[in-house]
Amino acid sequence: MSNKYIGKAVKRVEDKRFITGKGKYTDDMILPGQTYAYIIRSPYAHAKIKSIDISQALTAEGVVAVFTGDDIAQSGINGVPAGWQVNFKNGDIMKEPPHPLLVGTGSTVKHVGDAVAVVIAESKEIAADAAELVEIDYEVFDAVVNPADAVKDGAPLVHESAPNNIAFDWEIGNPKAEVDEAIANSHHVTSLEFVNQRMVPNPIEPRSAIGLYEPSSDRYTLYTSTQNPHLIRLLMCAFVLGIPEHKVRVVGPDVGGGFGSKIFHYTEEALVTWCSKQIERPVKWTSERSEAFITDAHGRDHVTHAEMGFDKDGNVTALRIKTFANLGAYLSTFAPAVPTYLHGTLLQGLYTTPKIHLDMTCAFTHTNAVDAYRGAGRPEATYLLERLMDLAAHEMGVDPVELRLKNFIPPFDGVNQPGYQTQVALQYDSGNYHEVLRRGVAMLGYEEFRKAQAEAAQSNKLLGVGFSTYIEACGIAPSAVVGALGARAGLYEVGQVRVQPTGKVSVYTGAHSHGQGHETTFAQVVADKLGIPLEDVEIHHGDTETVAFGMGTYGSRSLAVGGSAIVKSLEKIIEKGAKIAAHKLEANVDDLTFADGKYTVNGTDKSVAFGDVALTAYVPHNYPAGLEPGLDFSSFYDPANFTYPYGCHIAVVEVDKETGKVSLKRFIAVDDVGNVINPMIVDGQIHGGLAQGIGQALLEGAIFDENGQLINGSYMDYCMPRADDLPMFELDRTETPCPHNPLGVKGAGEAGCIGSTPAVVNAVLDALWSGGFGHVKDILMPTTPERVWRAMNS
Amino acid sequence: MEEAIEILQNGSYAKVLGGGHSLVPALKLRLNAPETLVDVTRIESLKGIAIEDGTLVIGAANTHHEIATSADVHNTLSFLAKGASAIGDVQVRNKGTIGGSIAHADPSADWPALLLAADASIVIQGADGTKTVAAQDFFTGFFSTILEESDIITQIRIPIPPEGTKSTYQKFVQPASRFAIVGCAAVKEPSGATRVAFAGVSDYAFRDEAVESASSSGASAEEAASKAAEGVSIMSDHYASEDYRKHLAKVYARRALVEVS
Repeated sequence: MSNKYIGKAVKRVEDKRFITGKGKYTDDMILPGQTYAYIIRSPYAHAKIKSIDISQALTAEGVVAVFTGDDIAQSGINGVPAGWQVNFKNGDIMKEPPHPLLVGTGSTVKHVGDAVAVVIAESKEIAADAAELVEIDYEVFDAVVNPADAVKDGAPLVHESAPNNIAFDWEIGNPKAEVDEAIANSHHVTSLEFVNQRMVPNPIEPRSAIGLYEPSSDRYTLYTSTQNPHLIRLLMCAFVLGIPEHKVRVVGPDVGGGFGSKIFHYTEEALVTWCSKQIERPVKWTSERSEAFITDAHGRDHVTHAEMGFDKDGNVTALRIKTFANLGAYLSTFAPAVPTYLHGTLLQGLYTTPKIHLDMTCAFTHTNAVDAYRGAGRPEATYLLERLMDLAAHEMGVDPVELRLKNFIPPFDGVNQPGYQTQVALQYDSGNYHEVLRRGVAMLGYEEFRKAQAEAAQSNKLLGVGFSTYIEACGIAPSAVVGALGARAGLYEVGQVRVQPTGKVSVYTGAHSHGQGHETTFAQVVADKLGIPLEDVEIHHGDTETVAFGMGTYGSRSLAVGGSAIVKSLEKIIEKGAKIAAHKLEANVDDLTFADGKYTVNGTDKSVAFGDVALTAYVPHNYPAGLEPGLDFSSFYDPANFTYPYGCHIAVVEVDKETGKVSLKRFIAVDDVGNVINPMIVDGQIHGGLAQGIGQALLEGAIFDENGQLINGSYMDYCMPRADDLPMFELDRTETPCPHNPLGVKGAGEAGCIGSTPAVVNAVLDALWSGGFGHVKDILMPTTPERVWRAMNS
Repeated sequence: MEEAIEILQNGSYAKVLGGGHSLVPALKLRLNAPETLVDVTRIESLKGIAIEDGTLVIGAANTHHEIATSADVHNTLSFLAKGASAIGDVQVRNKGTIGGSIAHADPSADWPALLLAADASIVIQGADGTKTVAAQDFFTGFFSTILEESDIITQIRIPIPPEGTKSTYQKFVQPASRFAIVGCAAVKEPSGATRVAFAGVSDYAFRDEAVESASSSGASAEEAASKAAEGVSIMSDHYASEDYRKHLAKVYARRALVEVS
C-alpha cells in the first residue's frame, strides 16, 4: 500500500484518445464483408400491419436481404423479455408480453418507431433507399400515451393480455390503513399532484451494433454500444436467440455515454446477430439521432399524487403516495424495477417519517419503453420528497432549512452506531445529514440571500432559493436482496488482477466505462495497493472474451462493487506474493510487511521488490514447495448492502416577472459519496449529473401528442442543457466512509442528477412566492418561461 | 456566378447551398432530394463587406460570424452585428451565411427582421440579369420569398443611417434551436422616425407599422409597444402559445424601443 495516487486528481488516462478523436466506437468498426442494416419503423403508435410487400426492395441493386417479422417468427424467436419480475399486489406475475425483434404481418405495432422490417445492403444509403420501396399497409387505431389515462376503462389497449394496460400494481411501506390514519390525524397535510416528466437520455453516441457470424467456428460476435456486455450476452443467448453462451462474444468497445439507456438488451442487438447468421456476413446497424429519440428507452414519466402529514411541531407524521408510472409499450430490461425497488425504497429520504405508503400502478402505453435513466427511480423519489418539504414549509410558514433539520435522521456511522432501518425495506449504511445541509446553507449565505430576495421582490426580477437534500441507494446490489425482489440476475461484480512476469499489471473488470474514467480510477487503486507506478497498470473492460464475467455499469456501482472485486483480488495477490517473498528472503511470512511496492522483513532492511516476486512467480526455479506458479487472481464481490450517498443541493434563480424566464444564478452542491479516489473525476461526475438534473427542471422533456407522435424528437425542439445555461457550480463534499466495502466508497455517478431537479423547481416557486404569487403550488417541468408566466398570471 | 446560374437553369432539380444549416438536415431527413447542389459560398464576388457611397454592402456569402465581427458593420449599423452574434451557436455562425438565411426565410430566423428594420435592399442575379429588391418586398410568406429557382442572392445593401441613429436587436430565444421565439429589431433616427420589425412572431418577418407610427410620432416606448403584433396571425408551438407570444412581442418591443429612445 502506498498513498501516491488515491485521493489525488490524477488526469484521466483515457482522455488522450478521446479528445484526439482516437476513440474506437462501434460505428468506427468496418469488418471485412460488412453489410448495413436499415430498420423500417412504424410511423404510427398503434396500428395493425395488414400487409408488407418487400418484392421491389429485394430486387434493388446492392440489396443483400430483406427480413420481416414473419421470418423472425419462423425461426421460433419470441422477442426480448424483461430482466426483472415484479408481481402484482395479489401475487400474480406481472404481464410481460415479449418485445418482438420485428412486428409481423397481422400483428400490431405499439409505438412510433416499432420495428417492422430490416433491409440489409452493401451501404447504408442503398439500404435506406431500398427501404422506401417496401410497401406496408397499416390499419391505424387510437393510441394512449399518458399512464394515468392508459389505466382508465375504455382506453386503447397496448396488449390484449394486459387489461386496462396494467403491467402490474405494487405497494411498499407500512400497512395502508395505518398510513391513512396517520394522515387523517395530522395537524397539517401538504398535498401535491405533479408530473415527473419523461426524459430522453441522449448520449452523444447513438446506439450501434454489429453482428458477426463465423460459419467456420459456428461462433458469433456482437459489437454493441452497451454499458453491460455480459448481461447482453446472457439475455440474448438464453432468452432470445437460444444460442449457446460459449459460442457468443459480446464486445462493448468505447461507448460515448449511456446514462442508463445503454444498460438494456435492445431488439436491434439480437436482430443484427440473427441477420448475420442468415446471410453469413457481418451486419451493422447504427441509430440515427431521430431514430434514437423514438427507440432508446426513456426515463422518469410518473404521474403522482403525494401527501405529507405533519404534527403541530412540524414533525413529519406520514407520507402517502399514489403514482402511475409509464413503462412504454414493452418491458425493457430494468423497467419493472425502476418505479418499484429503485423508487419506493427511497421514500424515507433523510427523514424519520414513521409511516409511509406507496401505491404504484405501472402502465403500458403506445410509446417507446421507459427504463433506467441516470438515477433511475431515486430522482423521482427525491423530487417528490423535496418538493413536498419546501411546499410544506411555505404552507406552514416555517423555514425550509429548519423543517429539514428538525426531521433529519440523526448522524450514525454504521460502525459504532447501527445502520438506519427505514420503513421501506432498506437499511442506510452511514451518514451525517445535518452536516451537508449546514455546509450548503453556509455557502449560500442564507441571511444575506433573504435580504436580497426581499429587495428583488419589489422589482421585475424575482429571486428564489430552493433546497433539496437527498439519499440514494447505489452500489447495486446484494444479489440475495435483489433476487428476493425479482431480479433475474445476480448483481455482484468480477475483478481479475493478472500480474505479468515483469510486474506490470493487467486488470479485467466486469464494470464498463463509458465516460466514468475507470481506466484511471481503478488504476489508481491498483497502483497504490501494489505500490507500483500508475503506468504499470492497465484496465481492461467491455469484452466477454477477456473479462470472466460482469454485470456492467449503472446504479453508481462500478467502484463500490467492481472496485471492491479488484481489491479482493489484490489482497490475494499480496498474500501469495508474501509467500514467494518469504521464500526469497528466507523469512517467515508473518514477519513480512508489504508497503511501497516491496516486502520487508520487520525490523530489518531486508526486502524484495514486488517486481522480483512477480518474476519468481512465473520463473519458479527456486520456489516455495507446494505453491502454484503464477500471480493471477479473479474474485467475485457481492456487496453486503447498497451504499447510500447523500447530499444537499441549493439553487438560486432569478425569474423575469414579465416573461417568466428563469435564469439559474447559483448552484451549490455538498455531496457525500464516501471516500474519494479521484476528486477531479468525482467533481466531473457531479457536474454532469447536475447538468442533467437541472436540464430536467428547466429545459428537457419528451412531448407526445395524443396520436403517440413525439413532437420534439430533434435537437431543434428537445432542449439539452448547454454550458451557457448553467452557472459555475459551487461544490463541496463531506466524506463519510461506507462501512461495508473495502474502499469505503459509495458512488458518485448519479448524485448530481438525483438531488438537483427539485432544488431548481423549489427555487422557481420560492421566487414566485416572494413576489406575491403565494398561491402557486406547482409548475410543470420543464419550467419553461410560458409555464412560469402562466403560473403568475393565473 | 455564370456557371452557377447555368446549372440552376439546366433543368435538373438543383438547390443552392449557402451554408447548409437548413438544407443539409432536410437532406439527411430525406425531406428534400435535389439532384444537384450548387455551393455558392466560395464564389469570390459574393464575399466581402464594404462601405460604398453611404451604403453598407454585405456579400451574400458572408457568414454570420464574419458579419458579427466586421468593423464596417460595427461602425455603421452595430445592431446587425449584435443580431448576427445572436444566431445559433459558434458552429452555426461559422458556416451559415446571410444569403442562405434570407433565401430560406425561416419565420424564426433573425436576418429577415434585422434587414427589414435596416431598410435593406437585396441584390439578386438570375436568368434575366440583376435586380435589386427592397427587403419589404422580398419576403412573401412562410418560408417563401420572391426568389425564382435560378436566382442567386449576391448582395445585401443597407443605407447607412444619419449620425445619431440608435438601433438594437432584442431576442427571446427558443432554448433548443436558439432561433427567435420573438426577435425585435428597432432603428430610431434623430428625426424620431422609427422602424420596428419582428422575427418569430408571425408566418414571416414583418415591419410593425402600428408601433412604428406611434413611436415615430412621439409615443412613449410603453405606449408604442402596446400596439405590437396586433392584426397579424401569430405562430404557436410548445415553447410559446399564441397569446404568450403576442405578450412577448409587446414586452420585447418595449425593451427595444427603450433602448433606442
